[in-house]
Amino acid sequence: MLTKRIIPCLDIKNGRTVKGVRFENIRDAGDPVELAKWYAEQGADELVFLDITATNEERKTFAELVRDIARHIDIPFTVGGGISAVADVEVLLMAGADKVSINSAAIRNPQLVEDLTLRFGSQCVTMAIDTKYTEATGWKVYARAGTVETEHATVDWARRVVDLGAGEILLTSMNNDGTKAGFALDITKAVSEAVSVPVIASGGAGTMQHFADAFQIAHADAALAASLFHFRELGIPDLKRFLKAEGIAVRV
Amino acid sequence: MNLVIVDYKAGNVQSVLFALERLGVQATLSSDFETIKAADKVIFPGVGEASSAMAQLRVRNLDKLLPTLEQPFFGVCLGMQLLCDHSEEGDTDMLGIIPLPVKRFQTDLKVPHMGWNQLEKLQSPLFTGIAEGEYAYYVHSFYVPLSKYTIAQTSYPEPFSAALQYKNFYAAQFHPEKSGPAGSQIIKNFLAL
Repeated sequence: MLTKRIIPCLDIKNGRTVKGVRFENIRDAGDPVELAKWYAEQGADELVFLDITATNEERKTFAELVRDIARHIDIPFTVGGGISAVADVEVLLMAGADKVSINSAAIRNPQLVEDLTLRFGSQCVTMAIDTKYTEATGWKVYARAGTVETEHATVDWARRVVDLGAGEILLTSMNNDGTKAGFALDITKAVSEAVSVPVIASGGAGTMQHFADAFQIAHADAALAASLFHFRELGIPDLKRFLKAEGIAVRV
Repeated sequence: MNLVIVDYKAGNVQSVLFALERLGVQATLSSDFETIKAADKVIFPGVGEASSAMAQLRVRNLDKLLPTLEQPFFGVCLGMQLLCDHSEEGDTDMLGIIPLPVKRFQTDLKVPHMGWNQLEKLQSPLFTGIAEGEYAYYVHSFYVPLSKYTIAQTSYPEPFSAALQYKNFYAAQFHPEKSGPAGSQIIKNFLAL
């Protein structure tokens, strides 16, 4: 049976993991490769690396890091952050990334999604959608790391990018991100039911039950978290045992 | 051992090379007719779209060469589908080595079939040391139905060919290069054939 995926997300700046990750068993938790290997051993199903640096020079460093990650880990990983052109994606895929996630660039130029899927295939194009709910607007898509509201309603945008060829949706609720109060179940469910491709729930994970809810109530195919795993508030082996006991298919 | 990976600009070539490197195995990346023909073993990776991949093979005249090979050969993911007769993806005529069709998933489940799923009914030295129900990583929208050449199956929701063997041609729909220790074992098993 196809299992639900648990995905730790690592933010990368200048080739290092950020957020003051604390681990006792890792020599250098700031080293993305060390951390990635540890997560793979813990049973993470995939990894996401987001480049939060800004300059082109730093981006070159990121591509080198992607190569280093691919050399050392034997599970799939997605890379994203600042991708704006087909050429950016080619560099990252050729370095060994399995998927790329795109966000603001696709909002500026939706044609990019189609260009990427025709060139590399849908399976390696993950559309990252940052979404926020207000009473006045409902769920809207935000661009530029969540700083700019767009005219797109979230479900409509998800449908559109899937029509253009995106093979997966990474849906982050800005309302929930960092709250540890649970994933945004309503919009995750709405998007999951609206599109034919897998949906990753992101933003708000705080407990094991939150993951179960994302899968059972919101019908997410995967769930992503960052600090919850990085600060060892939740271990992936424990989480998977819990989900299995709840009757959810996971790889253990 | 002279191991050659077929180079036709497939997206996962680097991942396959790294997986071999982790096993301490050197491989040559080549699209050259004579180099491939002289190999002891050949690995044929692939991700992406069927008709573009076939076009890349034709440009290199590999559509003529690959069917004539006699050494152990391992097609991975799209590399497995390309060995078949015909794919519903872009209504594409494939290499025609294994007399099987490639079909699109018709299901209410999410497509692509993406993530870790279980290998069942294992029946090949390719799976020595691999337990029934072991997990492998998949990402694909098209599949090969069960047949007499099926040597492992996976269900989504109906069973399909997880792996095939036809004469010297072995193939896996999943990505052994991304399937953790079990995937590495399967690659090792191929190298030991």
